[in-house]
Amino acid sequence: MAKQHVSFNLNGKHVDALVEPRELLVHTIRETLSLTGTHIGCESSHCGACTVDLDGKSVKSCTVLAVQADGAELKTVEGLADADGLHAVQQAFIEEHGLQCGFCTPGMLIRAYRFLQENPNPTEEEIRWGMSGNLCRCTGYQNIVKAVQTAAQTLQQA
Amino acid sequence: MDNAAEVQEREDSIKGVGCSRKRKEDARFVQGTGRYTDDLKLPGMLFADMVRSPYAHARIKSINKEKALALPGVHAVLTADDLKPLNLHWMPTLAGDVQAVLADEKVHFQYQEVAVVIADDRYIAADAIELVEVEYEELDVLVDPHRSMDDDAPILREDLVGKMDGAHSKRVHDNHIFNWQAGEKEATDRVFEQAEITVKQEMYYPRVHPCPMETCGCVASFDKINEHLTVHLTSQAPHVVRTVVSMLSGIPESKIRIVSPDIGGGFGNKVGIYPGYVVSIVASIVLGVPVKWVEDRMENISTTAFARDYHMTGELAADSEGRIKALRVNVLADHGAFDACADPSKFPAGLMHICTGSYDIPVAHLNVDGVYTNKAPGGVAYRCSFRVTEAVYVIERTIDVLAQKLGIDKAEIRRRNFVKAEQFPYQTCLGWELDSGDYHTALEKVLDAVDYEALRKEQQEKRAQGELMGIGLCTFTEIVGAGPSRNCDILGVGMFDSAEIRVHPTGSVMARMGTITQGQGHQTTYAQIIATELGISSDEISIEEGDTDTAPYGLGTYGSRSTPVGGAATAVAARKIRAKAQKIAAHLLEVSENDLEWEVDRFKVKGVPGQEKTMKEVAWAAYNNVPEGMEPGLEAVDYYDPPNFTYPFGIYLCVVDIDKATGETSVRRFYALDDCGTRINPMIIEGQIHGGLTEGFAVAMGQEMPFDEQGNLLGNTLMDYFVPTFVETPHWETDYTVTPSPHHPLGAKGVAESPHVGSIPCFTSAVVDAFAHLDVTHMNMPHSAYRVWQKVHELGLDQHA
Amino acid sequence: MIPAEFEYHKATSIQDAINQLGAHEDSKLLAGGHSLLPMMKLRFAEPPTLIDINGIEELRGIRLEGDTICIGAMTTENELIESEILQQHCPLLVEAARLVADPQVRNRGTIGGDVVHGDPGNDHPAVMLALDATLVLQGPGGERQQPANGFFLGTYWNDLQEHEILVELRVPVIRQGVGHGYSKLKRKTGDYAVAGSPVVVELDGDVCRDIRIALTNVAPMAIRAEAAENVLRGKVIDDALIEQAAAEVIAACDPAEDLRGDIQYKSHMAAEMARRSIRAALQQARG
Repeated sequence: MAKQHVSFNLNGKHVDALVEPRELLVHTIRETLSLTGTHIGCESSHCGACTVDLDGKSVKSCTVLAVQADGAELKTVEGLADADGLHAVQQAFIEEHGLQCGFCTPGMLIRAYRFLQENPNPTEEEIRWGMSGNLCRCTGYQNIVKAVQTAAQTLQQA
Repeated sequence: MDNAAEVQEREDSIKGVGCSRKRKEDARFVQGTGRYTDDLKLPGMLFADMVRSPYAHARIKSINKEKALALPGVHAVLTADDLKPLNLHWMPTLAGDVQAVLADEKVHFQYQEVAVVIADDRYIAADAIELVEVEYEELDVLVDPHRSMDDDAPILREDLVGKMDGAHSKRVHDNHIFNWQAGEKEATDRVFEQAEITVKQEMYYPRVHPCPMETCGCVASFDKINEHLTVHLTSQAPHVVRTVVSMLSGIPESKIRIVSPDIGGGFGNKVGIYPGYVVSIVASIVLGVPVKWVEDRMENISTTAFARDYHMTGELAADSEGRIKALRVNVLADHGAFDACADPSKFPAGLMHICTGSYDIPVAHLNVDGVYTNKAPGGVAYRCSFRVTEAVYVIERTIDVLAQKLGIDKAEIRRRNFVKAEQFPYQTCLGWELDSGDYHTALEKVLDAVDYEALRKEQQEKRAQGELMGIGLCTFTEIVGAGPSRNCDILGVGMFDSAEIRVHPTGSVMARMGTITQGQGHQTTYAQIIATELGISSDEISIEEGDTDTAPYGLGTYGSRSTPVGGAATAVAARKIRAKAQKIAAHLLEVSENDLEWEVDRFKVKGVPGQEKTMKEVAWAAYNNVPEGMEPGLEAVDYYDPPNFTYPFGIYLCVVDIDKATGETSVRRFYALDDCGTRINPMIIEGQIHGGLTEGFAVAMGQEMPFDEQGNLLGNTLMDYFVPTFVETPHWETDYTVTPSPHHPLGAKGVAESPHVGSIPCFTSAVVDAFAHLDVTHMNMPHSAYRVWQKVHELGLDQHA
Repeated sequence: MIPAEFEYHKATSIQDAINQLGAHEDSKLLAGGHSLLPMMKLRFAEPPTLIDINGIEELRGIRLEGDTICIGAMTTENELIESEILQQHCPLLVEAARLVADPQVRNRGTIGGDVVHGDPGNDHPAVMLALDATLVLQGPGGERQQPANGFFLGTYWNDLQEHEILVELRVPVIRQGVGHGYSKLKRKTGDYAVAGSPVVVELDGDVCRDIRIALTNVAPMAIRAEAAENVLRGKVIDDALIEQAAAEVIAACDPAEDLRGDIQYKSHMAAEMARRSIRAALQQARG
């Protein structure tokens, strides 16, 4: 099948890629663009390990075609930190021991980053609901909830 | 600053044992720079994908590769016939059986590997597997293990027909794998015949899957010029893989490098050696280019190593006061089509004979039969030591049944039967020496914390109103840290583990271990052990694992063995260094080494203030000023063969409310007290406990791998296979006591699997307790809303006005 | 888990999408893609052409026209949840959307895709039945309006004609004396319903003037439990009548047995969801 040209903004940088229509966005990000922070856990849009930020919304990149991202603004875990250092959600995950094996972590972080913009001052119940598209097998979620709370406080104070 | 405060400050700055140090691993993981197997991309790398059987039992009549080979980008299609000349179409399992790498004439389970396609990328490979034409002739399917040894049962393993000397025992049927017994049968039977009270409970521990977030995969890369094989793979035991690959391929171990990079969770799933690894290695050797294989989630759940699948009967004999006189356990174990249990012990049912639990039981007998069925092979310890989860489940369930029969509270019956603190070390009647424990103290602490009496009173009131509230209790003793080489080996290699520590001239440290972290935080905690032993800040200590070219031989990480074995090796190696350092310090201070005492980070001359050498000063001297006759340098290796297992324990209590209309169980409260001996990093311990409890919750409340009559696995996606989200997962309360292990160099026992092992029977105990007043003694897992409602409905509790 | 090859076309307008459907045999519309793409990855579906309608602005948005709320078919679940119009005038849709899948999926999944996909586990068909919605369909022959009642014919089978597109869903605003109830039982976040039941009740004083009880995932398609409605319509609803209605709900169910439960469980759960929704709807209707 003929490849199609797509271009989008990824973590603040303009990128071009040639993709088959059937190519899944997660593969373009990981294979073609070599940003391997975004992970593949289930390929059926259940686990959230492949979560990226697409035009200001959290999506599961295993279930979006790369051609659909043409012209989009994309952010992955690699785009969270800036010249000033780690983003508040990254720092909070370290502080609150919100990760163990690290495999779900990029998806958790990029979702938490977006969630805290949707709801800057969430209750525990709201965090659990708002993060429920991301699975973790290691932490039991409790410290991730704490990390999101901590990040919310940091961001509110900033 | 007074002296004590100054010493304390130095102690704190070291961030040693007992410190909730933040994890060294996290910086890379939060920035997306972890390196997992699928992240690896090598020049010229090809992709492997599997053609799998749609049938659970069928003869392969023909395989036609032509269309697949004609697809542009396809490099090879391999079947068992292609592997035969290399004698690689079958491989030995870790349990003394053999397993088909690619199905040889017959398929034995649904999704079995039939052929492998090697292609330019994963898209072409996925297209090509659709083009491989396989003609099958369906055979009668054996799903129910209770039927395995029937006269008319279909024979599964034609390669074993008539071979009645099994790897572990005589076989009595072609579908029989082994019979194994522990304890004294006749003595136990006699006690049962004469006992005042006996209870008997059948129970099924379902087939489940560890389902880590990252599936299994590898990148095999054979360098034809140097005849050197490198394999990056998701293995919890890379050195074992190296040995097995060498045995299979004939390549010397010195020319094989196995690397376990970052691993996205293991939980036992990544202990085994799978056909995908073997065919990738073969393909790389044949094609001379790197080959990657990464399974998808359905392949993961369907084929790479289930856990449990034990049909158990627990029986207790007791007096009328509830004092246990004997235990009898019978097990029918469904091992699937090949006995590929990742069992590191010398016993075919692993450590199942820890089933006397926390109780002082005079005599016991355990009988286990393993059988074949048309299901995927495996049998791994899903966040536990092999078969300990099953053992704890059977004793904890059966003692609850005994309490119920006698009308004794389930906390009280445990008080009456616990091994007492003064009885340790305690010899169990099935041959273990429990190292240390104080169960009574821990139980009372939990009962006080939750106000157990008030809960029971509330339950009475709820029952009077027709509501269903349950209180679960589990008072478990674990056996971890496999293990002493008299009990444990893998393919003949003893279950020691190792540490190699090098102190550099400027006093920073590089250490490598034979274990491999998958989220446990070894880079953090091993450094803390060394920090305390050597007085060097853990921030200056680098830990490396997982690369067999650099790490000392070890047996890997599973069954909470890293701290009991690897941690012990680390402490002992560090102590060897300190012993040498003491000699150097004595030389520098011109005193006898016996005149020195150790204080946090330095040697001091006893009674002479100011006469001291810090470890950093000694490290420098080790490279330029050592005593005459001493070799320079400051490093040590230790291979630690533990004298005994360690026996962590815990007291868990769970309160549930059940919605009679839907069968939904709400976990109102879960209180977990763990005693893992000395606590190295309390933050990491708590994280491990949260995770283990959540996995236990998943197993108890929803996980199962059900099969239909044709042997089709129902539910191998994350839609059906229960991995709870933030929303379903309860809030956990944790607590602890500290009873150090007397034989471990640090007194530490291991912790990660306790919350899994201990929580599962606790959930069952709670759910059953909600129905206990209606004479329900047991309900099989999973306690999904559907199943619980069936009990509600059967009892007529859902009648509406 | 890789889809077979297909051609991809991005439609620029509704008419363009209709034309492309006609031009490409066996082509499929790509809406949110969270049902279609997983099926394609499993190769249960291998459409030769996908026509992406995500870029069509006229298919998006929620507006109030008198007593009717018009919802573009490509409005996402999260847009339903966030819509102030719906929060105020049609709380049932907001509640239902909140219980669909998970946050990320709700950013992609659309109400129109959910309504026409045809899996009995989809939630919005029953909601449309309960709301007595009207579907606006556009095809080569122009636009037509079709009541939701009668549109759902079976599993992956509805009254969508060849090359026709669902463009809009029209639902009535909630009025004084009307109440909405929604209950859904699922095993976990991200799962389809074991059973779900949206209910809309209209009271005249204490008397039930009208009631619509719809059911999700307990039949080959979303259904109305009409016999149950008949038990309650024209009556002052009390517990005994609700039990009679619940029995009729059970009788109306024809679920497929799967890991969520057997026929008995699913039917009883449908009844329980209906009970809860009826009670919630009554409470809301009474103000």
